[in-house]
Amino acid sequence: MEYEAVIGLEVHVQIKTESKIFTRCRQGYGYEPNTLVDAVIMGLPGALPVMNKASLDGIIKAGLALNCVIPDYCKWDRKNYFYPDSPNNYQITQYDKPICEGGYVEIELPGENRGVMGEHKKIQLTRIHLENDVGKLNHFSEDSLVDYNRAGSSLMEIVSEPDMHSGEEAFAFLTAIRQTMIYCGISDCDMEKGQMRADANISVRPVGQKELGTKIELKNLNSITGVKNGIDYEIKRQISELKRGKQQVQATWRWNADLGRTELMREKEDAHDYRYFPDPDLMPVEIDDEWRQRLRDEIPELPWDKQRRFMKEYGLPYTITCVLVPDRKLSDWFESAAKQAPKSAQALGNLVANDLLREMGEAGISLDECKITPDSLLTLVRAVEKGVVPKNVANKDVFPEMFKTGETADQVIERKGLKPDFDEGQVRAWCQEAIDENPRPVEDFRSGNDKALNALLGPVMKKSRGKANPQLVQKLIRELLG
Amino acid sequence: MQELYYKTASELSELLDKKELSAVELTKTVIERTKAVEDRVAAFNSYDEADALKQAEASDLRRAGGKTLGPLDGIPVGIKDVLAVKDQPLTCSSKMLENFVSPYDATCIQKLRSNGAVLWGRLNMDEYAMGSSTENSAFKKTSNPWNLDCVPGGSSGGSAAALAAGEAPLTLGSDTGGSIRQPASYCGVVGLKPTYGRVSRFGLAAFASSLDQVGPMARSVKDAAMLLQGIAGHDERDSTSYRADVPDYLAAMESLKGKKWTLGLPKEYFENVSDESAMKPVQDAIEFYRSLGCEIKEVSLPHTEYAVATYYIIATAEASSNLARYDGIRYTHRAEAFDAKDSVDIYCQSRAEGFGEEVKRRVILGTYVLSSGYYDAYYLKAQKVRTLIRRDFENAFKEVDAILAPTSPSTAFKKGEKTADPLSMYLSDIYTISANLAGIAGLSLPCGYSDGLPVGLQVLGKPFKEEEILAVAQAFESAHDFKNQHPNL
Amino acid sequence: MSKKTHIDIDYTAKLARIALSDEEKAKYSEQLDSIIGYVEKLEELDTSDVEPTAHPHPVSNVWQEDKVSSELSVQEALKNAPAQRDNMIVVPKVVD
Repeated sequence: MEYEAVIGLEVHVQIKTESKIFTRCRQGYGYEPNTLVDAVIMGLPGALPVMNKASLDGIIKAGLALNCVIPDYCKWDRKNYFYPDSPNNYQITQYDKPICEGGYVEIELPGENRGVMGEHKKIQLTRIHLENDVGKLNHFSEDSLVDYNRAGSSLMEIVSEPDMHSGEEAFAFLTAIRQTMIYCGISDCDMEKGQMRADANISVRPVGQKELGTKIELKNLNSITGVKNGIDYEIKRQISELKRGKQQVQATWRWNADLGRTELMREKEDAHDYRYFPDPDLMPVEIDDEWRQRLRDEIPELPWDKQRRFMKEYGLPYTITCVLVPDRKLSDWFESAAKQAPKSAQALGNLVANDLLREMGEAGISLDECKITPDSLLTLVRAVEKGVVPKNVANKDVFPEMFKTGETADQVIERKGLKPDFDEGQVRAWCQEAIDENPRPVEDFRSGNDKALNALLGPVMKKSRGKANPQLVQKLIRELLG
Repeated sequence: MQELYYKTASELSELLDKKELSAVELTKTVIERTKAVEDRVAAFNSYDEADALKQAEASDLRRAGGKTLGPLDGIPVGIKDVLAVKDQPLTCSSKMLENFVSPYDATCIQKLRSNGAVLWGRLNMDEYAMGSSTENSAFKKTSNPWNLDCVPGGSSGGSAAALAAGEAPLTLGSDTGGSIRQPASYCGVVGLKPTYGRVSRFGLAAFASSLDQVGPMARSVKDAAMLLQGIAGHDERDSTSYRADVPDYLAAMESLKGKKWTLGLPKEYFENVSDESAMKPVQDAIEFYRSLGCEIKEVSLPHTEYAVATYYIIATAEASSNLARYDGIRYTHRAEAFDAKDSVDIYCQSRAEGFGEEVKRRVILGTYVLSSGYYDAYYLKAQKVRTLIRRDFENAFKEVDAILAPTSPSTAFKKGEKTADPLSMYLSDIYTISANLAGIAGLSLPCGYSDGLPVGLQVLGKPFKEEEILAVAQAFESAHDFKNQHPNL
Repeated sequence: MSKKTHIDIDYTAKLARIALSDEEKAKYSEQLDSIIGYVEKLEELDTSDVEPTAHPHPVSNVWQEDKVSSELSVQEALKNAPAQRDNMIVVPKVVD
C-alpha cells in the first residue's frame, strides 16, 4: 500500500522589539542569567502586564505580509498550566480571537536542478496569534536551573493548516516565513538564538484515504535542516510501522539531531485542560483601517515578487536571483546600480552575486561595512563595456582593489597601470596582421564557420600581451573580414 | 480632650502645619499606642519602628525647609499586607509569603511617598484577601476593638481594627467583594471602595483582578477623601486604570455641601432582613436624610439575588489563575519534602503547606469552574449575569444620585461563629458584592450601634463620582458624633 | 448546564496543583458541592442575548510605547528565592 504524510506546522517567531511584550524590561539574547527581569517577568505579587505597541505592530505587519485577515477586534486570554519556566504559571495568549486569521505562505519546491525554478505552492495558514515567551531551563544531572531572561519576550505563533506532505515542503515553508520576516524587519529569525522555533504535527495515511491518520507531535526541531530531516525521518518511521501493521498512538516525539532519529517523549496523558479565560488585567485591541494601512505601507516588496521582477525586468538568470533576493539589503544594493544601467544588469548581477559576496566572505565583513558602492561598481561595468579593460582583468585585478580601497574602477585602472598602452588603431593593426598570417581560419570563417574566429583571436591577444579586450578584437576582426 | 492618637488625620495635619506637633512626635505616639494595645487587638503582621521614624524625620526636615508635600506629609498610614512596599515584608497573611520581602513599590505606595506620608506597619488580613472576618490569616486573629471576642470583619480587618484602636490615623485596605466596607462597618470607621480603575492596582497582590480595588480607610469622611486624593489617578502600569483627571475631592465636597440629594433604597436590600436591630440605625440614617430635604426613593436592583453566585464564580476563577504563581519555585515557601523526581510534586506539596483552608477551597472552586466542559456554564454565564447586575445599577442611577443600604446584614460576629459554613460566610457579603461586580464606588460610614457594636451605612455612587458619596456621607457625619466615639480598650 | 452533582476532587486538585489529604478531599467535596449547587441558581436567568462583562469599564488599546524603562537587578529579583545557584533558580530536574 502507498502512504502519504500530512503535516501541519506551528512556528514560533520572536518579534524584534526593545522591550518585552507586557512590560518595559529589555528583550534580548546573550545576557547574564536573570538580568532581563522585573516584577512582571518574575511574576511577583502585584505585578501587572501592559501591552507593547510595537509587538502589535509587528504581528499585524507579519499577518499582512502573509496574506491574513486582520479582524477589527482581538483580545487576550490566559492559558493556565504549571511549568517552572512560566513565572505566572499561565501564559498570556489569544484563544478564540487571534489578531490574524487565515492567510497563506507561498513556497517554492526544488526544481529539476539548481538552475531551474521549482514549482510554487500556497500553504494555508489557520491563524497567527501573539503571546509571551517562557524562560529557559538548563538541565544538569541532579537538577535544573531556570533563567527568566527570555520570559515575556514577544512571540507570535504561526499555525498552518495540515497542508504539507514532506520535509522538503516544511523546509520551504520555514524558509519562506523566515525570509518574509527578515524582509519586513519583524524578526531576525535566528534559530540558534531561539528567535524561530517549530513544532510539527505529522500523520500518515494510505493514499486515497480522506481521514487523517493518528497525529504525532514532533518537537525539538531546532534548525531549518532539523525540520526537514526530523520530519522525513518521522514519516518513514510511521510508514514502516504501519506497514508492519503497528497502529500509531497519539503522542509527542522529539527529534534527536545528534543521533539522527526521533524519540518518544510522552504518550498523550490526560488531555491538557488549560482553563482558558479572558485575561482580566489586559484590555482588548481594536484595529481600524488606518492602522492596517499604515503597516501595509511599511511592507517592502516581498521576496517572491522581487525575484519574478528581477528575472523579468533585468533578465537575471534564476540562479543569480536565488543569491540576491533572499538578502534584502544585497538585492537593494544591486538594484540601485542596475536601475541606472538596466542593460548592464546581468553583468552587475554577476559581480554582486559572485565577486562581491566572495570578497565580503574573505574579509569577513557585512554589506554595510563595504567600501565599494553601487555607483562605483557601475564604473567597472562601464569600463569593460567601453573596452578599457577586458572582463577577466576587471574581475581579477580591478574589482578586488575597488573592494579594498573604495576607489572607482577608473582610479584603480589608472593607479595600477592596467589601462592598455595602445589604442584601437593598434588593435586594428594587430587584427589585420593576424588575418594576413592565418589564411586557413579566414577561409573557414568566410565559408560560414563562425567559430573559426577564435583561431584569429588568440594571435591578437598574444600580440597585445593579453591586454586587448576580446570583445573589441572580435568586433574588429568581423569588420575587417566583413 | 481627644487623645492625640484618636485625632483625625485632618486635625493632625493642621497641628503639623501650625508646628504644634512634629511628625516624629506623632509617629512616636502611634508607635506607643500600638505597643499598648496590640496584644489585645493584633492588627499588625509587622511594623518597622526605625523605618517609620526615619520617614517622620524626613517629613519634619521638609517642613522646616518650607517644602511640605501636602496634607498627608508626616501622617502615618498603615498598609494592608497585600500591597508591595519596597524592602518591606509582603505576606498577604499567608504562610506562602511568610518570608517574602518586596523588591518594589506599589503605585499607590509610591504616590503616598511622594505625598510625604509615613508608611506605617503591615496590617493583618484574611489570607490573600479571601474572607470576611480576618480569621483566615495564617499568622494571627485580629480582634474587634469594640468587643475583643468579635471579629473585626474582613478581609481588611487589620486596617479597620487599627483605626478603631488608635494604632494609625489612616490605613489602606483593598476591596474585592466588600473587604473595605464590611470591616469598616464592623469597627465603626469609614471605608471607601473607589470605582474600579480609580486607584492603580499595580503592586496590589491580586485576588480577583476584575473586582479588586485599593481604597482608603479612616476615622472621618474628610480623612478618607484626603487619603483617596493621595492614591487616586491614572497609572500607565495598570491597563485597567481609568484615564482621567482626579477631582479635588475636598473642594468638590465643599461645593456639594447642602445639596438636596435624590437617594435610592434598593427594595431587594430591605426585604428579608435577618437582624432587625442592626437595621435600626440604618433606618434612622435614612430618616435623617429625609429630614435634610433629600428625596428618598425606592429603586430596584432585580438581579441582587444572583450577585453572590456570580461573584463566587468570577472571583474564584480569577483567583485560581492569579494565585498559580505561588508555587514554591521563585520566591514563595517551598516544601522541604517533595518527590524531586516528579516536578509536579513540588507544586502540590508547597501549595498544600503554603495555602490555608479558605484559599485552597477557593482555588479549587475557581479551577473547577474554568475546567474543561464547565467554562460556558459557569464563568461565561457569570460574566453575562454580571452585565445584568451592571445594568441594574445603570438604570437605578438614572433615577437617583446615590443609593443607601446597610453595609452588612449584621454587626460583627463572634470569632469562630461562621468558620464551619463557608456558604453562610459568603452570603454575609450580599450588600457589598454588587458594587464590585458593577465596578461602582461605595463607602461605609458609622451610623449607630446595635448591642454595643457599630453599624455601618453604605452609600453607593455612580462610577468615578466618589466626591458625591463622600459629600452624602459627610452630610450625615457632620450632624452626628460617631467619629469621636471610640471603643474602651 | 451539565448537572454535575459531585465535583471530581482528585482531578480538580491535581489541576490546581494542591495536594489534599483524604479528609480534606471529603470535606472540600461536600462544601464545594453545596456552593456549586447554590451558584447553579444562575441557570434560572435567560442570558442568551446578553454580552459578557470582562471589565467593569471597558476601553481598548491600552498600551505603552516600546521603550526600556523597567528593571530589577538580579540580586533583587532572586532575593526571595528558596534555592538558587549561578544566579538562577534551582528546581527539581525537569524531564521534558
